[in-house]
Amino acid sequence: MDKFSVFSARLVEKDELFTSGHRACQGCAEALAVRLVMKALGRNTIVAMATGCMEIISSPLPTTAWQVPWIHVAFENSSAVISGCESGMKAMMRKGKLPAKKINFVAMGGDGATADIGMGQLSGAMERGHDMIYVCYDNEAYMNTGIQRSSATPWGASTTTSPAGKISKGQFTQKKDMPKIAIAHNIPYVATACPSFPFDLMEKVEKAAAIEGPAYLHILSVCPTGWRIPSEEAIKYGRLAVNTCVFPLYEYEYGKYNLTYRPHPILPVKEYIQGQGRFRHLTPEDIDSIQERTRTEYEKLLKLSEEG
Amino acid sequence: MAKERKGIEVSLAVAEAVGQADCDLISAYPITPQTHIVEHLSEMVANAHLDAEFVPVESEHSAMSVCCGAAAVGARTFTSTSSQGLALMAEIFFITSAMRLPVVMALANRSLSAPLSIWNDHTDTMMVRDGGWIHVFVENGQEAYDHVFWAFRVAEDPAVRLPVALNIDGFIMTHMIEPVDFEDDELIKRYVPEYRMEKRLDPDNPVSMGCFAMPEIYSETQMVRENALVESYATCIKAWDEWAALTGRQYHPVETYRADDAEYCIVTMGSLGETAMAAVDELREQGELVGVIKIRLWRPFPFDDLFKAVAGKDTLIVLDRAISFGGPGGPVALELRSALCNSPKAPVVVDYVAGLASRDVTVEDFKSIILGGKAKAAGGEIAGFTFYGLRG
Repeated sequence: MDKFSVFSARLVEKDELFTSGHRACQGCAEALAVRLVMKALGRNTIVAMATGCMEIISSPLPTTAWQVPWIHVAFENSSAVISGCESGMKAMMRKGKLPAKKINFVAMGGDGATADIGMGQLSGAMERGHDMIYVCYDNEAYMNTGIQRSSATPWGASTTTSPAGKISKGQFTQKKDMPKIAIAHNIPYVATACPSFPFDLMEKVEKAAAIEGPAYLHILSVCPTGWRIPSEEAIKYGRLAVNTCVFPLYEYEYGKYNLTYRPHPILPVKEYIQGQGRFRHLTPEDIDSIQERTRTEYEKLLKLSEEG
Repeated sequence: MAKERKGIEVSLAVAEAVGQADCDLISAYPITPQTHIVEHLSEMVANAHLDAEFVPVESEHSAMSVCCGAAAVGARTFTSTSSQGLALMAEIFFITSAMRLPVVMALANRSLSAPLSIWNDHTDTMMVRDGGWIHVFVENGQEAYDHVFWAFRVAEDPAVRLPVALNIDGFIMTHMIEPVDFEDDELIKRYVPEYRMEKRLDPDNPVSMGCFAMPEIYSETQMVRENALVESYATCIKAWDEWAALTGRQYHPVETYRADDAEYCIVTMGSLGETAMAAVDELREQGELVGVIKIRLWRPFPFDDLFKAVAGKDTLIVLDRAISFGGPGGPVALELRSALCNSPKAPVVVDYVAGLASRDVTVEDFKSIILGGKAKAAGGEIAGFTFYGLRG
């Protein structure tokens, strides 16, 4: 944590490409993540965004929060839309219809757009090898429509379609591992990040932009509204997710795993779980089982990282 | 390519035309009977015969999404599909026109499932009738070739900026070898010049596309959309006239055959028009005062051209190739009835549904439909529609 106590806005790019005045909820860490991603990308960027919180809050006609060219078509297809932008511009530059220039082609979507409805289209875009960055802002449920479960919702979380009840623990499945699915496409760069660790996040975005070919970034974006925590605690819960190893920060670059941050000491998951309204029904035994799974998953990742 | 007459499969002629139009990006997913068009385009790109990106996507939904992205950066963009593919891309089909992205699509018309059928009728295109695109129907290989250029010319016109669906009957046309007069590249370049989209995704001049609308502004966006489609009619006509001046081949939104002195007419869309003409020739010899009315421009619907074509006729017999289930008839007849209902001397509209899933409609069938329709009109049996030629 010490490394990040020096955080200062002065060390970060001043240009705001995702500007204030948007309609995000108070304390939205996803809006913060978008802002940091855009700072790292710079102006030579085209963004295709999926339907969802970030789209709705940033583009109510006739206003926009975007200072870069931005397009929204539908929910599931930001990866296909950016494929078209990238290939269309490539052809036009090759044919001399546009001046040659390096542009970042970036698709963005929430966890529902990425892990559920847009999974096939993302897989297609990664497989075809477009020079693009896909950013998943994972707030672990369909927050825009009112906190319904997605396949990225963690086990035990109570949502409006996986409610905790007399015979229900809430979400009944384990969180889908999207970064691993991206890695299985043999793309050059995959990374996880969290806006509670802003420099780590921005460095990864810069790396993704520099690498030719598809890159996938999975950003844990704490949602105070959906996680039922106070709006001023989003950054704290992001840190806790990382420091309990529930959400490890790592990257995968040309076949090699690298943990970019090793929490020391590793905090018990209980500190992350307790205090979140979505987990308040869980028993100590339930939390133990989450602890156990977190430990084994982290050990697997450590091993992969040591293997290089 | 130089000016030349070739015997060529219509799908290949369409692909060659897309190449002559210097298309920048093609994105498609395989589906019968559209496949020969995109296979040939892939070959053209693979052999550097066409300098374009061919994006082979994992679904038709993505094909149209890729086209949206490419059109939004200002690339000349083409795709092709049929039937289930169109159904899958339907979500994006509607958005493409709303976002004013000038994509051109060859729609090799095919029946919708179920039961699964790869053969031709118009049920696929009628599903997206209200999708805000310009819809044109062609009748033979030459018309298909010519209308590829017309489609790009109209779609990209700054006054229009709308996608165009070029409806070509699957198999009946896509897989036929026909004589086609190819035009030379210079002429095509004059007709479809390199285009610059003023408002495109460009980091030097950022714009936001596809913003969301609250109820206070949604209706206004739809009004703009409706006006754009209605007003595109003028450009459709202008582009046909310019094509005629360059090639001598003139097209109209509604075309007629031996209709001037006709008392009644058969109305068709697409490739069956030529069979209808042959049937009318035979019936004329028997003394029937019958003609053919062919609707080429389906959207924007050419009301005035229709009124002119039907003036003085007492009966219109429509050959519909789709059904509005549970409704009062096929889509073409419905359109005519509603267009004509307020005219004081409106002709009676008798509706037949035939030729579903490529079931043959021969000259003899047309004669039987025409005479049967005439008898129905005389007997006052004009409501609803009749399935022609059903078993049992």
